[in-house]
Amino acid sequence: MPIINTSSLTKKFNSFTAVDSVSLEVKKGEIFGLLGPNGAGKTTFISMLVTMKRPTSGRAEVNGFDVSSDPMGVRKSIGIVFQDQALDEELTAYENLDLHAALYSVPRGERETRIMEVLKMVELDSRKDDLVKTFSGGMRRRLEIARGLIHYPKVLFLDEPTLGLDPQTRKRIWEYINKLQKEQDVTVFLTTHYMEEADSLCGRIAIIDHGKIIALDSPSALKDSLGGDTLLMECDHPEKLCKALKGKKYVQDSRPHDGRITLVVEKGEKQIPMLMHAAKDAGVEVSSVSLHKPTLDDVFLHYTGRTIREENVSAAESFKMHARARRRVS
Amino acid sequence: MNSELLAIYFLWKRELIRFFRSKSRVIGSMGMPVFFLFMLGFGLGGLVSLDGGERYLDFIAPGMLGMVLLFGSIFSGIIVLMDKQFGFLKETLVAPVRRESIVLGKALGGATTAVVQGILMLGVMALMGVTIPLSSIPALLFVMFIISIAFVSLGIAIASFMEDMHGFQLIVNFLIFPMFLLSGAIFPLDKTPEFVQYLSYIDPLTFGVDALRSIFLGSSQFPFMLDLGVLLGFLALTTVVAAYLFRKIES
Repeated sequence: MPIINTSSLTKKFNSFTAVDSVSLEVKKGEIFGLLGPNGAGKTTFISMLVTMKRPTSGRAEVNGFDVSSDPMGVRKSIGIVFQDQALDEELTAYENLDLHAALYSVPRGERETRIMEVLKMVELDSRKDDLVKTFSGGMRRRLEIARGLIHYPKVLFLDEPTLGLDPQTRKRIWEYINKLQKEQDVTVFLTTHYMEEADSLCGRIAIIDHGKIIALDSPSALKDSLGGDTLLMECDHPEKLCKALKGKKYVQDSRPHDGRITLVVEKGEKQIPMLMHAAKDAGVEVSSVSLHKPTLDDVFLHYTGRTIREENVSAAESFKMHARARRRVS
Repeated sequence: MNSELLAIYFLWKRELIRFFRSKSRVIGSMGMPVFFLFMLGFGLGGLVSLDGGERYLDFIAPGMLGMVLLFGSIFSGIIVLMDKQFGFLKETLVAPVRRESIVLGKALGGATTAVVQGILMLGVMALMGVTIPLSSIPALLFVMFIISIAFVSLGIAIASFMEDMHGFQLIVNFLIFPMFLLSGAIFPLDKTPEFVQYLSYIDPLTFGVDALRSIFLGSSQFPFMLDLGVLLGFLALTTVVAAYLFRKIES
């Protein structure tokens, strides 16, 4: 039986559909990732699973409990690390965990043992009596992960667990997540817009864009499905070039996009001279060529014609505004 | 222990820890009422003669106590907004605990801190020569607690629909200060024009100050039981409204 099960789960805000009829199953014990650019609906999706937002339509079950009809059952089964910090800075690390343990009715006799256990796991046991406001961003995130585990949840939800952290801290957080999945018998559901994160952590990932799941499989299967390296050619007449390359046997797939085409080829570096030749013959001016060994970003590109990276760059400005707006409504 | 009671107890404890940890908040909230008491009591005191013949300082002492409770408790309630802004609110909202328990824990915690401030104020008053009969201390604490829970709940209710701290000054200027001034804390209401008296009847703090005054001085405008009845009614109303509005908070 899947530990998370959604069918046609949908959330609308007025006329905007943030999550559009998503059906997926997460198996017990796996690390499942929801990958997509900022604003794709990841946080909204997770918010419905953790009973923070009510679905507009569709159903979702977590650990066998329906999120709409039995939110208390869901809440007892899950731990959550929010995208925005949710610690009390005026309390010490220990006090934050103690309060959490009480809210989740961890028996009194076990509270201290469990708190020290999770603090040791994230290597914060020596800082237990320090106020959280003296902690760095990475320490706070680790503390939140520790907090999410005190009540031995069946599923741990992590919403962008490494957002805004430096590369070293990110690696350490990944190690913790891997470790706890192996040692704690907990299913991990995380959202991220970092491809490397999804790639190195997750057993399976669902790629989400504009509220819809566009691909779902293991990272390696998704990359293999592209069938080779990806070439990105910026040119003045994408459609024309695409037509000219149709039927060439070294090109497995070609798709025109706005101002460029994406090609799937084997041993891409060897094909570039031939492709340039073909473009010249077709009278198409090529302004740049780039070669990628398949990454999850290419999978995303393959389905949407955009890369997650450029989505995030262009979204950086509006993201700040969203963060502010979200803070206001939350 | 029952899980809801455990949650209420820990949320109560959280308010106390935070309160005692921030010395500036304690001093800040005590500053104004102490100044008022000092300036009005000693400054204006010589000019004012009251019908009952009591000293002006003794007349305003219960009013100033009411002020400490009003400011302290509304502020404790509005602090829910800080939890909203700093994210901690989410932690409580997704916990497997009823929303009513969260409100109750916060209200009891906030009220306790307000009463502690009130007790500090009583100490200052005693130093200034205001006498409070020791035998009436239990009744006094009871009334102080009722007033405080009611106003913390009012603060929580306000914070539940306010979006951020920007509106806070508005609340202070158009709700807290008028409530304080109209309550008869610093002047006898029976000497004011009739419309002011009517306005004061819709101010719940009027009955709070009157109840405190009847404990301090043994005489008051309304019967003590009427004061207590109005306060309990107000308490019931604000806690129900606070619980209702708090339930509606979505992420």
